[in-house]
Amino acid sequence: MTEDLNSTQYDIPPEMEGQVAITTLDKVYNWSRRNSIWPMMFGLACCGIEMICAATSRFDFSRFGMEVMRPSPRQTDLMIVSGTVTKKMIPQIVRLYNQMPEPKYVLAMGACASGGGPFKEGYSVVDGIDKFVPVDVYVPGCPPTPQALLHGLITLQKKIDHQSIKNVRWYSKEQLDPIPVPVLGPDLMDPREYEMIKEHSAEKPVGSQEEPEVEKV
Amino acid sequence: MSEEVLVEEKTELEKRFPDIVRDDRGGYEGYIVPADKLIEFAVSLRDQYGYDFLSSVTGVDYLPDDKMEVVYHVYQSTGGPGLVYKVQVPREDPVVPSLTPEFPGAELQEREAWDLVGIRFEGHPNHKRVLTWEGFEGHPLRKDWQEPFFEEDAKPFKSRWPGGDIIRAEDSNPFNKNVAYPKDFDPGEWQAREDAVVYENVGRIDHVVSETAIATDQIVVNLGPQHPSTHGVFRMVARLEGETVVDLEPVMGYLHRNHEKIGERNTFLMNIPFTDRLDYFNSMSNNFGYVLAVEKLMGTKPPERAEYIRVMMAELTRIVNHLAAIGFLLNDLGAFFTPLLYAFEEREMILDIFEAVSGSRMMCNYYRFAGVARDLPEGVFEKVKSFVHDRLPRKIDDLDTFLTNNEIIRARTMGIGVLTAEDAISHSAVGPLLRASGVPYDVRRADPYGIYDRFDFDVPVRYHGDIYDRYLLRLDEIRQSIRILEQVIRDIPEGPIQEGKPQYQVRVPAGEAYGRVEGPKGELGFYVVSNGKPNPWRYHVRAPSFINLTPLGVMCKNYKIADVVSILGSIDIVLGETDR
Repeated sequence: MTEDLNSTQYDIPPEMEGQVAITTLDKVYNWSRRNSIWPMMFGLACCGIEMICAATSRFDFSRFGMEVMRPSPRQTDLMIVSGTVTKKMIPQIVRLYNQMPEPKYVLAMGACASGGGPFKEGYSVVDGIDKFVPVDVYVPGCPPTPQALLHGLITLQKKIDHQSIKNVRWYSKEQLDPIPVPVLGPDLMDPREYEMIKEHSAEKPVGSQEEPEVEKV
Repeated sequence: MSEEVLVEEKTELEKRFPDIVRDDRGGYEGYIVPADKLIEFAVSLRDQYGYDFLSSVTGVDYLPDDKMEVVYHVYQSTGGPGLVYKVQVPREDPVVPSLTPEFPGAELQEREAWDLVGIRFEGHPNHKRVLTWEGFEGHPLRKDWQEPFFEEDAKPFKSRWPGGDIIRAEDSNPFNKNVAYPKDFDPGEWQAREDAVVYENVGRIDHVVSETAIATDQIVVNLGPQHPSTHGVFRMVARLEGETVVDLEPVMGYLHRNHEKIGERNTFLMNIPFTDRLDYFNSMSNNFGYVLAVEKLMGTKPPERAEYIRVMMAELTRIVNHLAAIGFLLNDLGAFFTPLLYAFEEREMILDIFEAVSGSRMMCNYYRFAGVARDLPEGVFEKVKSFVHDRLPRKIDDLDTFLTNNEIIRARTMGIGVLTAEDAISHSAVGPLLRASGVPYDVRRADPYGIYDRFDFDVPVRYHGDIYDRYLLRLDEIRQSIRILEQVIRDIPEGPIQEGKPQYQVRVPAGEAYGRVEGPKGELGFYVVSNGKPNPWRYHVRAPSFINLTPLGVMCKNYKIADVVSILGSIDIVLGETDR
């Protein structure tokens, strides 16, 4: 299917070569989208600095049509989650994601955004942004070099090339529901899991209040 | 100040305050002050002995002794070594009188101690959580508090070493996620209070009716945590009268990554790469502060060449930071991205040097206890030399020429965000913020560490305390750093770069140590308590970005809301360090 997408399957008569181009709607649509991805301008942590580096003259991701970074989610196509996502921050990130218009993409930049990274064991860190929002591209590294980020962005462009307006989610007839925004309770609470939380905490307390092991100073 | 004077002063102190006792635990220093005498003691130290700079306040949980301790580090703003005093309270109901009314610089630090260790500060004007959120269950830095992904008390975890098995922490958690809830908790009945508490303090809406002017309501404006000007995930809540800021409060914790809890599980060596991620612009000077603290405990010193390499890297990182700070400040003033492009061009040159010596651009993980990780590879020294001698001074002059006399910059920064010298000291401001307010306090001079006493450099100081002076001061500091680098290049000897052989597991004797360096953002301190085990018992970071936010409200008051953005830019915070 993806091969069909990028070839017209029509032969151009020799006398018209050089004057006529035949292509598919998908190709034109994707070509314009892939070269005008506007990322959201927000950096979370260390990776944010490398993201800024990728925008500066040495790496310069404007070569790929991505230099227009927008602070408002309403004007963006791509959310680069650049850094550690904490429990205190995830409600805002989910809200920002919900505010982005379709088509929208998420790039998890660095180890923390992908899976918690070096801070995964910590009590206030979300172990991977993909627990809450769908991720299109993961970029490994701590932090990824700007080259790695560029590679991630090119990978995203390839992903866009392979999409077809016939079956993308934003033209489907189904209603696209926003992701429920997590709530800060005694710990982070996902509204989708309320029943489960209630069940489990009735059985046995998890984690924090177990028998401490006393050590002598 | 010589040793004898100190001893004399201490005895005098002891005579004056018969209730205080010396901390006689092995490896510990300072005095233990009874809780009810604390304020009196701190104030008289300040007024009569000149210890006016409350550098660090932190809590320690001594679970086996069933007590909590609050540790205060004070210094004289004229320089010299510091003084430590502590308050011990029972673990059941730890209450300590708050120093905030006398030393406003304690405000955020006491809130942090309440938040993480659970020590209540009586008389604190704004007593609430700061890094976690209101409603969070428990106080995470207590030794009997365990995180949802808890595996063992100390690393290396037995399952992974030497066995090498991998346990996915998610698998043992019923939610497959990093969460845990108290017993019989019903999420349906939960009332979130976080925002209400934030707005409560700043958001009282008063109707001010002036006889001449049109009656206006004061409004509360929230900036952040996702905001293009906030340098990361920082949030401010401002109360405005028209466009003028009446009150402003910083709200942080959106990048709280449990640095200290993780640090207490890690072995001493494992913490070095974590310090990289504190202030991610300046991993080298973060390393420096931490290894200094642990070296104090271990009683070792690096060899000569390593000392020079350390200074070289620390000064290069200062240049990186100040260039970036100037670039971002200009961003905030509306010169979007162009000055930053110039700043980052030089930054890339220095990052190349870092990458060559350490293997990583940003997270260098380069310093080791009693040495550095590697010697300079071939060609790097020449690179540093030509960069420092030929390129950098010219580029700094360029920046100076383009920016310093720019009319818009002058109009938007001169006389804005003024912080007086008195306010700066009492709010424990450090670094360029303090020196731009006319206090020539630089740890490199005031309390030299490493080999900084050998170099010939000036401590730049400016007197207006506004944004413009902070900008100028950073330029001055870059020039002084270049001066130090020239001397390093001239004097650096050949020789070993590590005392003894490199070790994965260092032996750290029991005791406490406070290592501080003049990081690019100001005094960066590491308070480490060891109990002789491979892991620190307490590991606290005195973060300049965090404490420099204490005077933010003072600096913004009575200026326009548009200036708040540039005032914040001129403090130069990094959220990784603010929230840790």
